[in-house]
Amino acid sequence: MYRSKRFARRAERPVNLDTFVAEDHSLGLKAMNGPADPSPTLVMQAGRIIEMDGTPEEQFDTIDRYIATHSIDRTIAVEAMATSSLKLARMLVDINVPRQDLLKLLGGCTPAKLCEIVGHLNVVEMMMAMQKMRARRTPGNQAHVTNWRENPVLMAADAAEAALRGFDELETTCRVARMAPFNALALLVGSQTGRGGVLTQCAVEEALNLRLGLKGLTTYAETLSVYGTDEALRDGDDTPWSKGFLASAYASRGIKIRFTSGTGAETLMGYEHGRSMLYLEARCLLLAKGAGAQGVQNGAISCVALTGALPEGVRAILAENLIAASIGLEVASGNDAMSSHSDMRKTAKLMLQFLPGTDFITSGYSSMPRRDNMFGGGNFDAEDLDDWMVIQRDMRVNAGIHPVTENEVLMVRRRAGEAMRAVFESFGFPSITEHEIEAAVEAYASDDMPERDLVADIKAAEDFLAGPSTALDVARALLDGGFDDIAANILSMQRVRISGDYLQPAAVLDANFGVKSAFSDRNDYEGPGTGYRLSGEEWERLRRIPQEQSAARLVPTPRRASQEPWLTEKGSATTGRDNEVVLGVGPAFGESLDNTLCGLNHREVISAIAEGVASRGLQLRVVRIGDSADLGIIGTRAASISGSGIGIGLQSKGTTVIQRKGLAPLNNLELFSQAPLLSRDAYRQIGVNAACFARGEPPMPVPVRVDNMARLRLIVHAMLMHKREIAAIDPSRPLQALEISP
Amino acid sequence: MNQIDNEDIRRKESTLPPEGVTLEALRNNCLSPDDVTIRKSELERQARIAEAQGYEQLARNFRRAAELVAVPGDVLLETYDRLRPGRSRYVDLLAMAQEFAARYDAPETSAYIREAAETYRARGLIRE
Repeated sequence: MYRSKRFARRAERPVNLDTFVAEDHSLGLKAMNGPADPSPTLVMQAGRIIEMDGTPEEQFDTIDRYIATHSIDRTIAVEAMATSSLKLARMLVDINVPRQDLLKLLGGCTPAKLCEIVGHLNVVEMMMAMQKMRARRTPGNQAHVTNWRENPVLMAADAAEAALRGFDELETTCRVARMAPFNALALLVGSQTGRGGVLTQCAVEEALNLRLGLKGLTTYAETLSVYGTDEALRDGDDTPWSKGFLASAYASRGIKIRFTSGTGAETLMGYEHGRSMLYLEARCLLLAKGAGAQGVQNGAISCVALTGALPEGVRAILAENLIAASIGLEVASGNDAMSSHSDMRKTAKLMLQFLPGTDFITSGYSSMPRRDNMFGGGNFDAEDLDDWMVIQRDMRVNAGIHPVTENEVLMVRRRAGEAMRAVFESFGFPSITEHEIEAAVEAYASDDMPERDLVADIKAAEDFLAGPSTALDVARALLDGGFDDIAANILSMQRVRISGDYLQPAAVLDANFGVKSAFSDRNDYEGPGTGYRLSGEEWERLRRIPQEQSAARLVPTPRRASQEPWLTEKGSATTGRDNEVVLGVGPAFGESLDNTLCGLNHREVISAIAEGVASRGLQLRVVRIGDSADLGIIGTRAASISGSGIGIGLQSKGTTVIQRKGLAPLNNLELFSQAPLLSRDAYRQIGVNAACFARGEPPMPVPVRVDNMARLRLIVHAMLMHKREIAAIDPSRPLQALEISP
Repeated sequence: MNQIDNEDIRRKESTLPPEGVTLEALRNNCLSPDDVTIRKSELERQARIAEAQGYEQLARNFRRAAELVAVPGDVLLETYDRLRPGRSRYVDLLAMAQEFAARYDAPETSAYIREAAETYRARGLIRE
């Protein structure tokens, strides 16, 4: 039995740690277009829906009833349902059909109809549709901020950094539920230190959630989970009406909410009744809409690995995002829970939301390392931030994260720590030490934090929750502590609650507490030249990643002032004696360039070649080819005046050729085209070989390192050095003798 | 909340305009939590905005929310709990709907709860 070593190697790749399961709709293993999914139908009688998706009213389950009563726009339903799904699918992609028209028409569609429509679209078409249908013009992002030690100083520092990085919303949760008040407090103080206007939430059970909101510690909630079958919904201890009431209850206190749903949940709970995941999700989305939710977080969320295990599962996830957007809901589009072991697969999936833009590209980017993520580990975390920002720059896409410098981060983390200390002091909470603040500033993860007395913290957190203090007292403590700007931001977060403008779809606050929502920042995409374009200040900001360097910094100009010149031109060079090899160097050699691409000093290069030539009893004569940067020309010229007929051409970046008089420029004896791979030993061997050619002896192989990444790493340097070589060309000095000072 | 009492437990609204929420006012201890709480009139305004933009369901939610501004927090949580599956008898739900209409002048919420009562009865979601 043979075994392929390549198959064996591939078997070890991360993607093969993922699970892939065959479709079987009887087990709920069908992402979309399920054989047991109903066909779209709608029958109305006297303004009442009496049949929907094949089910007569008498047999409506709870969700059917809710959707038929609350979700479907009955004034347009007949027209919408009579329009072919293919036509509606084409309208979604057609730039000539405005978003508003589609919102109206799709508002009359049943769950099965919505599935049939998106079923006509491939992922590229879905992305085009998403670009048009998302609610807010400007894409955004949400971060998760947690740490397993529940250290409030670290949480505030992490929140400050996440806010500085441009996240519009921050979400935390707790390992120990009783720490929730402190986590919410740390998130509030930290976020408003990093940037005013960042919305925060603490994902805990509803009663506690509402209390935190009432205290002004949080501004939104996305804990309102719904499921697409009655049984699953009941397992979640809810009905459409209870969730709808809760949504109104939150709004009555000025708290923004979004519902949570996603493909795969019903299958996981065992109550999918053989229906496809997407069909059930469409029911969830209509339920959420009917309840008056301004938006949802969806995109399989915590079930992503289940949906993703199926054929076209990732397509179905984009389809559910698109359905949500197409019925007017804000979409926080998943990408939060771990979706694959493979970075390649994770990124590929991410692009489906990243490129078209959604209201929140992730419904929680893990802003800290995975170990500290109390949501079960983030799909993308603190270590992936630079990749994310490079991809934004590559594609000229705003996916909601700003590049920041290390210094800015250190400063804002320290301020958040100090602000927390002031609040803790003022409230009489267990004190925060300078040592803790320093640890939080520099921390990689919560392992780097000194232990706190968790029992004392929990006690203080409980008293805080039970007591009368609110975010106003937090602001006052900061004012007393001299943190006026943070106090002002926290106060502004309270002020915006009075009008509740941020309750509208897809609303976020900018740094001046201005509301950007589906209404004030309406997505007006209608094809090229319209909609959100990453430009102006925002593009300037996103393109300037800290890793970007100027050309002058990548290839510095040699500093000569303090040095004696070591290469002196001594007039025109002529043909020399038999026992020589002529080395022709480029126009910039030893002048405006002084190192090769691999960092070898030009003097060293000459001395290595000279050594090699001398080892075979010949002499090296060095000339400058001043009128060409072309290696073929440089080599040919050097050979043309060589007494032995053997010349070496050497560009300043280190690329080298051995040439014989009379050969065409590109028909050389030996070419060393990969300058980054040429070490001092290689140049010595080039000298030896040139001498061997001159003596009619066979050359030896030149030692060259194998480095497949060299071109990738150094192509920009190579280009800049070559540019400088060209700039040094002087046609009036084609061939100059060079004297090398010892 | 089933017990009938004469005490008015409805939440009162602050009349402080948003411009009054300043650092100065905070420094002088002139702000109370009610001053930074959403107002009924604002939720009604948000409902009108949503409606004008074609967001009917969102507007209805805001109108219910406007009604709930006056409802104390513990009553909200209790009501939510009683709307969960199997928590309430049909008559309890009807009584609850009645109370929202009578005590809190919340007709839309009342109708919403009544609608829940009908569905719960039809779909076996009531406590027997």
